[in-house]
Amino acid sequence: MERNTVGSRTNPGDVEAALRGLFLRGLDGDAKAYRDFLQQLSAHLRAFLGKRLFGWPDEVEDLVQECLLAMHNQRHTYQSDQPLTAWVHAIARYKMIDLLRAKSAREDLHDPLDDELAVFAESAEEASDAKRDLGGLLETLPERQRLPIVHVKIEGRSVAETASLTGMSESAVKVGIHRGLKALAARFGNSWGAAA
Amino acid sequence: MKTDDLVAMLANGEVAVPRHRASRRVWLAVLAGLPLSFAILFIGYGVRHDIVQAMFWPMFWVKVLFPLCIAAAGFVAAERLGRPGVSPRHAWAGAVLPVLGVWALAAIAWFTVPADERMPSLMGQSWRICAASIGLMALPVFAAALVALKGLAPTRPALAGAASGALAGGVGASVYALHCMELTAPFLAVWYVSGIAVPVLVGALLGPRLLRW
Repeated sequence: MERNTVGSRTNPGDVEAALRGLFLRGLDGDAKAYRDFLQQLSAHLRAFLGKRLFGWPDEVEDLVQECLLAMHNQRHTYQSDQPLTAWVHAIARYKMIDLLRAKSAREDLHDPLDDELAVFAESAEEASDAKRDLGGLLETLPERQRLPIVHVKIEGRSVAETASLTGMSESAVKVGIHRGLKALAARFGNSWGAAA
Repeated sequence: MKTDDLVAMLANGEVAVPRHRASRRVWLAVLAGLPLSFAILFIGYGVRHDIVQAMFWPMFWVKVLFPLCIAAAGFVAAERLGRPGVSPRHAWAGAVLPVLGVWALAAIAWFTVPADERMPSLMGQSWRICAASIGLMALPVFAAALVALKGLAPTRPALAGAASGALAGGVGASVYALHCMELTAPFLAVWYVSGIAVPVLVGALLGPRLLRW
């Protein structure tokens, strides 16, 4: 296998162990570990998807973002008795099929959709620009979802602070974040058709 | 938004989630749907009057337990299919084997009774309403199971929908068995199996539409 210019080969077994450790700590509430996990995961997704979407290099970064958002929203479906590789691969594959379907590129389906779990075999740190404007999508969310996301997830305020700032209850802030990120993921998926 | 910014955004604030949510959600679906299925039984149908006596007949237990096995298999499959990268493995066997068992019983019964009793044993008194009633009693669990799966992440939505159907159909048939007077294997082999198959097929068709995420 030749080397990708931006990708570097990695040992999937080592990556699995390291990423899984970070992810599990993240699921227990360690935000720093979780951030490292997402950071490294995005590099692997970029290499994995980049290789399989060589026909659409512009879509790779969008799909990386969509996968990250999906994995964040669905992180409660990971159970620690399962290899992380399988979980990540299944989600990335699902989102890739969505994209390919939206592009109705059925003739290419056999090639990108291999079942080889090579999702951690490479890493690509360098991100190209995403075409889709996630910030713009965020603007389209209703206030009760947008404000909690902006204050807590982007500006890093606490839930309590955000609650007093917006006049919402703390549980409404938490629900707003949760539903807002799900709505964002849904809008993300729906916008493939429009972009294709 | 750059990917790094998205990463920072997602990792900001509370990131912990409770573990083992998947099986709990599907359990809650059963617990939410089951009382409604029983409500349909009690209000619309009523329990068979000789239920205590019937409990001493093996065929009554075949009728109650074979759908329950299918429901259990559907539960395991749905819970596993709700989690990306987890295969349902041998759960489908848990749904197929009880059906094969009942078909085998039916075949034996069919060839051991006199020819003129065969059709009555197949059609019983209630073949017209059996499958539809099972479907009706399956409905609450079916809807609740789909909602539960919607909160998970099925990457094979048609299979996940079918598993919800097996869970719901199995529960529905077990509940309906408390009303139903039929006790012949050929009847179960055709009408009970059809009543369970309908939610399975409906689930397989609805899954890809309803369970997208």
